[in-house]
Amino acid sequence: MHGIPRKAPTQEERDDSSLRAAKLRDLQSQLLHFHHNKIYTKEAIETSAKLLESNPEHYTGWNYRKLAVQHLLDRHKEDGVDSESAQSILDEELILVENALKRNFKAYGAWHHRKWVLSKGHSSSDRELRLLGKFQKLDSRNFHAWNYRRFITELKKIPDEDELQYTTDMIYDNFSNYSAWHNRSMLLSKLLEKSAKGYDKKENVLSEEFEFVRNALFTDPDDQSGWFYHLWLLDQTLKREPLFISSWPPHGSNLSLSIDNPDRQPPFSKIYFQSKERTFPLILYFSEAVEGVSSSTVTVEFDYDAGDGLIWRPLSANKLGFSQAWLTYIKYPDDSLESCHVKVTIAHFPSIISSSGMPCSRSCFISFTVNVCSNDQGHSEVPTKHKISWNEENFKAHSTQSPDANLLPLLRKLDIAKENKKTTPMLCMETISNEIAHSRELLSSSNCKIGKLTLARLLVAHNTLITYGCTDSRTEAHYEEILALYHDLIKMDPAHIGYYEDEYSIVLMKQLTSNNESLLKLCGNYQELSLPSISSYTCVRLKGLSLSRVSCMEHLLWVQMLDLSHNKLRSIEGLEALQLLSCLKLSNNRLGSFTALEPLKMLKSLQVLDVSYNEIGAHSIDTRRYLCSSPLNDTTGSEWHLKRYADFWDAYLLFKDLNLIQLDIVGNAVVDARLKAFLLKLMSTLKWFDGERCH
Amino acid sequence: MGELMVEKHIKYILSIEKKKDDFASVVMEHLRLNGAYWGLTTLDVLGKLDAVDQDEVISWIMQCQHESGGFGGNVGHDPHLLYTLSAIQVLALFDKINVLDIEKVASYIASLQNEDGSFSGDIWGEIDTRFSYIAICSLALLQRLDKINVEKAVEYIVSCKNLDGGFGCTPGAESHAGQIFCCVGALAITGSLDHVDKDLLGWWLCERQVKSGGLNGRPEKLPDVCYSWWVLSSLIMIDRVHWIDKKKLVNFILDCQDKENGGISDRPDDAVDVFHTYFGVAGLSLLEYPGLRAIDPAYALPVDVVNKIFLTK
Repeated sequence: MHGIPRKAPTQEERDDSSLRAAKLRDLQSQLLHFHHNKIYTKEAIETSAKLLESNPEHYTGWNYRKLAVQHLLDRHKEDGVDSESAQSILDEELILVENALKRNFKAYGAWHHRKWVLSKGHSSSDRELRLLGKFQKLDSRNFHAWNYRRFITELKKIPDEDELQYTTDMIYDNFSNYSAWHNRSMLLSKLLEKSAKGYDKKENVLSEEFEFVRNALFTDPDDQSGWFYHLWLLDQTLKREPLFISSWPPHGSNLSLSIDNPDRQPPFSKIYFQSKERTFPLILYFSEAVEGVSSSTVTVEFDYDAGDGLIWRPLSANKLGFSQAWLTYIKYPDDSLESCHVKVTIAHFPSIISSSGMPCSRSCFISFTVNVCSNDQGHSEVPTKHKISWNEENFKAHSTQSPDANLLPLLRKLDIAKENKKTTPMLCMETISNEIAHSRELLSSSNCKIGKLTLARLLVAHNTLITYGCTDSRTEAHYEEILALYHDLIKMDPAHIGYYEDEYSIVLMKQLTSNNESLLKLCGNYQELSLPSISSYTCVRLKGLSLSRVSCMEHLLWVQMLDLSHNKLRSIEGLEALQLLSCLKLSNNRLGSFTALEPLKMLKSLQVLDVSYNEIGAHSIDTRRYLCSSPLNDTTGSEWHLKRYADFWDAYLLFKDLNLIQLDIVGNAVVDARLKAFLLKLMSTLKWFDGERCH
Repeated sequence: MGELMVEKHIKYILSIEKKKDDFASVVMEHLRLNGAYWGLTTLDVLGKLDAVDQDEVISWIMQCQHESGGFGGNVGHDPHLLYTLSAIQVLALFDKINVLDIEKVASYIASLQNEDGSFSGDIWGEIDTRFSYIAICSLALLQRLDKINVEKAVEYIVSCKNLDGGFGCTPGAESHAGQIFCCVGALAITGSLDHVDKDLLGWWLCERQVKSGGLNGRPEKLPDVCYSWWVLSSLIMIDRVHWIDKKKLVNFILDCQDKENGGISDRPDDAVDVFHTYFGVAGLSLLEYPGLRAIDPAYALPVDVVNKIFLTK
């Protein structure tokens, strides 16, 4: 089936093939006959051997063989013959398997038969390891052989350290042995985990491994095997506890809680939330996805009430309960109009744990004040919402001169860092710096793709270490260099442009949002010029940046109006964290389905949504079909309902819980009269649909 | 290069049925039921399923069923999960799953789940994540996932996750695209894709695309058309398919056609077979090649067939 050249058979070949076919068919039908009639004579068993040696994939043959062996063993037991005969019966099987494997060393049935024989307590580890040695020489990547090796080492209790040495030998023999590197990483993980003798100092072990793999990388930089191992070592080096990195309301801020409908939105300089019910959201954002955020791990203290029994929700579609952003709602007491001080403490015990199993080992806190304000102008009607046109002339960028610029210092997460000192272990920083130096050295003599990618990853890691509290904060972030590396990679390896663009987007967003100056440049004031009496909004604009994915939400938790139009977005994973978002522009992107908009389901404040000119409905394959709740994977809990909306189940699931006032979907292949009618019926609060008034 | 020789491939597949006597056919007699699935699904994707005699096929399939409820690879062969899935899939193509005693088949499958959540292929106990996928896919199509412990099944699959983000046959086994497809497919069907590190695995998978545009199954191996399915469908299920060059892959698959006699081979200029013909055509469908019916990446059946089972009634 594999690797056979294509050529028309000669007559001679055809005749030969017919002959062999007839012979084989004969053997096969005989086998089935013996099998069905439970015939286990010497001749029958010999026939089965002939068959399996010429066609080791004939699984029923192996089944017959096992029954025959079983039968012989039972008969010997009955006849009271000594175990030596049982030995020879099983030996026969081992020889048969070897012969079969010579024909096809990838035959599952043959390997499994050998395991079955061994489970009867037969053969020695020496013999098996010798056999494996033979197969390793034939094909060092034969995963059947490697799997069997792991089976034997477990069965015969061969120590991990010995097997680790074996991988060392294999790798020295040939650096390009991914199978050996894989086994090595597995064994090392086990040894580190149980802190085996000689493996209790993780940093030393990793350091030696970095040196070991460096030989492979320098010898043959274009071979992938060593690079994947290097990536694993990097991952092990960087493994750290999750950190609490930002919040809304921000640490040290003064939140104005408005309890009636405003005529005007307050200026940018205030942290503001509007709620008649006197509740406001509290969002905690971590450096990586964590679970365990609850009222037992997070304490919220007010001046007047110790917020007991607050319910925390993960802001992510992840059904395992892991999320970077966590949300709860805090209620301001009904009878009070006084300012109140809130302190949020994140405990270290019981722990909040990251998805890689690392617990938050340090306690930290933030605090802010809440002021209730009321316009008290006797207005009780709901002000009419106007249409957001997103016109360019309505947008005015903030200047650094304007008084609004004073707000941004409040948004810095560095304030959290000051209260909660974090440090990066110096050894980690040293290792990363070393590896950066080695990568540069390698790249100076060899323009290799994965080498460049590794350097980019190392620099990103370096940035992260600086950001999250390395003591040496004089070191500059490497953003420009990293972005340039990805540009290079796109040129060198255009087949993987999609991957590099995604990585580039992540770095770019980090660069734009983690620095006050660049963040301010993205902000501005949006005022509907045609309706000057209506309030203005603070808008963040990330348009036209070729972003293919969004990230770094920790710096954008406060955003209410966001323009991500004219990018290359296929996914908006991460936007779930922006709980204050009320106007979102996603037009002119590459969103391919309604399922790709699933993160929006968590944005309860969203009122204005523009997804026009995307690719919804343009693809016959929905790549998010299995990542979201859908009737195909039994996770919606409302199958009955969905079957009624068979055609529009994805639109239904997305829009049914959103309270949109304005929606633009024109320019998507999926849009037709039927869909529009369906959506109009579904969304009763909608006032503007594709620019036209409705309801 | 160029175009898909639809008519030639249809002819090729229909001709296999008749070529039961040459050596290649005889040596694979024991997995003919798999062959039926590969051939018939290809015909369906090419829009020509009606070229076969449905009743004849179904009657033969039912003859492959064992008294235990499971199916063998051909008449007279022992039952095994591998062929049970193919039987169910072919019946799904014809919308004739109802000819089965569903309870019986589901019980057979469920009986092969082990305590740790893994599945044996048959009573002889070989364990492999391929069988986890087969069991889950089969039972989902029969709408009887309640027959097994899904949580434990998922747990076992997750235990086969490797440090490079991929999956192997058993815990500790090296990542391999075929096994990755099985594990990702099983996790997709059970709504458990959150266990997959999509960026890590996505990168490992997209690195399977080599200079020729074809995909290999593991690092430093040769490209092969069958990985156009296993790697591609995995990438689609985790929404990372934009990380490969789709156009280059289309051209690679088209290059593997036998333009004279029909059929597709593992690599350009190699001998064709129905296995690679199916994976080539299915891969092209996933790549949205025009004129082909859409195929579902998890169930490996046309989308219409899958939708009919899950979105109606």
